[in-house]
Amino acid sequence: MSDLEVLTTRVTEALGDSIIEHAEACGNLVIRVRLDAWRQVAETARNSLGCNYLSFISGIDWMPAPTVGLVEGDTSTPAQPKDMTFGAAGSAGRFQVFAHVQSTAQHIAFTIKADVDEAEPHCESWVSVYPGADWHERECWEMYGVVFDGHPSLRHLYLPSEFEGHPLRKDFPLLAREVKPWPGLTDVEPMPGSESDEEPKDEAGEA
Amino acid sequence: MSSIEQPSGPANSTPDFEVAPGLQRHLADARVNVELDTGDMIINLGPQHPATHGTLRLVVRLDGERVIAADPVIGYMHRGYEKLSEFRTYPQITTLINRIDWLSSFANEVPFVHAAEQLMEIEAPPRAEYIRTTLTELSRIATFLLFLGEMGLQVGALTPAFYGFRDREHVLNLIESATGGRFHPNFNRIGGLKDDLPWGWIAETRNVMKIVLDACDVFEDLVLGNEIFQARTRSVGIIPGELGAAYGVSGSNLRASGVDWDLRRDGAPYLAYPELDFEVFTHPDGDSYARYWVRLQETRESARMVLQLLDKMPSGPIMAKVARIIKVPAGEAWVETENPLGQMGYYVVSKGGTGPFRVKIRSASFSNVSILPWMLRGVYVPDVVTILASLYFILGDIDR
Repeated sequence: MSDLEVLTTRVTEALGDSIIEHAEACGNLVIRVRLDAWRQVAETARNSLGCNYLSFISGIDWMPAPTVGLVEGDTSTPAQPKDMTFGAAGSAGRFQVFAHVQSTAQHIAFTIKADVDEAEPHCESWVSVYPGADWHERECWEMYGVVFDGHPSLRHLYLPSEFEGHPLRKDFPLLAREVKPWPGLTDVEPMPGSESDEEPKDEAGEA
Repeated sequence: MSSIEQPSGPANSTPDFEVAPGLQRHLADARVNVELDTGDMIINLGPQHPATHGTLRLVVRLDGERVIAADPVIGYMHRGYEKLSEFRTYPQITTLINRIDWLSSFANEVPFVHAAEQLMEIEAPPRAEYIRTTLTELSRIATFLLFLGEMGLQVGALTPAFYGFRDREHVLNLIESATGGRFHPNFNRIGGLKDDLPWGWIAETRNVMKIVLDACDVFEDLVLGNEIFQARTRSVGIIPGELGAAYGVSGSNLRASGVDWDLRRDGAPYLAYPELDFEVFTHPDGDSYARYWVRLQETRESARMVLQLLDKMPSGPIMAKVARIIKVPAGEAWVETENPLGQMGYYVVSKGGTGPFRVKIRSASFSNVSILPWMLRGVYVPDVVTILASLYFILGDIDR
């Protein structure tokens, strides 16, 4: 058995029916757990599996971005699929929280995901398990609007306290791009006074 | 009465928790402060402060000279790289992530490029991996040399700063001559590197590594052996190893707390590290002095690693066969590396196409600094600067 298979067996045995699905993504174990077991999973990971190190907690919005690639003919912005698809271990809806924990002694690591509600996203806080979750959860709340129940002080981390909206949600527009197209498009503008802006029309007319 | 009455009350009572021997002095002073009751004062440290490497603001509540509570306020440099990445193609993103930790930009690019390569199931040729490893170690040396000099400056010694900047210049010149950029190389391409090494670079690097090794000896004598430096840093800003790990503190900061964990040796194999012979240094104390000691040893070890890499440097191509327009298949990849400031990772989610769907950037300084409210409780104001300097963070790496 490879290391990953051993780890998968250990994690699935320790977490039992909290796990909905597990998958492998580029050599990394990804498990999806029930939302009501979110904090329980962290405790098991820390106490039973020895994952004493918290890499990060963050969120993900699986909605296809309505604002990407709006400008026609703009090849510099990446095209994205228009239907909602999910990544490793799947998802039940639009929002997920995910976290990565590691063991500094056994050198094992895995990613934990949980589905959160779309209308009122909230989940339990990990601060009592990993004190370092504090800032990560503040960031996730600010960027995705996921409320972490039991967090000591859920307030803005990066943005000013009067900021409205959740910038990393896919429906939050990147205004700089909406106001002005990507510079790659405007680069090809002809120099003022030159006749080169007439030529393409002529060619089109001939064709 | 012949016998002397024992005074009773709080002044004589021992605290009901265990106190490290080095903290007894602080505790005694704290009792004096309580008796005098100087009243609280809230002051701002920063956002502009030389010890913060950018714009970190610390709101500290003081009782006399002692910090009661500290709250770091970040976000003055938030540039929204996670959002911007969703609007860019993969080759465009390497330009962005150069600016996360601007002291070791080359090391920032590596995990992201690896994540894209893993998703595309391609591998850079061995020579490219060796050059990447060499440049990563060079940026580690450059970053640490700045620390070794600048840490002295923060505790009041001016001379090491000049030495640090002087010797770092040699390393930056090497990076510049290989990549064209002193701070923002943007040299990695998905599948390899932009260019091969210039002529004469390897011989020049060998010379510079001698300078670096000599500089490490100088710093060991000048700073580590200095009594005043020891008095300012010993038992100041202690991070218990287990607590540090739970906060996500990584890199040299965690190794200085006795946690023997280095991704170059213990993580998923990456770059040319499995083929190198190197030592991982830990220190049991976990204080500012230990962090300085560990970084000094790691600078020396990095210089030795660079010399090994130059000896083993294979010949061959520097780019794998990659399509001109890079399209990454759907999938998820998590790649983490041991960067100068700690563990840096990218969680790249692709839905196919030329750009990523979501990039989670796990930067080292963010977690390293999140322990500050815990660390700064009960320390003295001059020690705050020592602790900030010894944690060694870059604001671009906190705010992203």
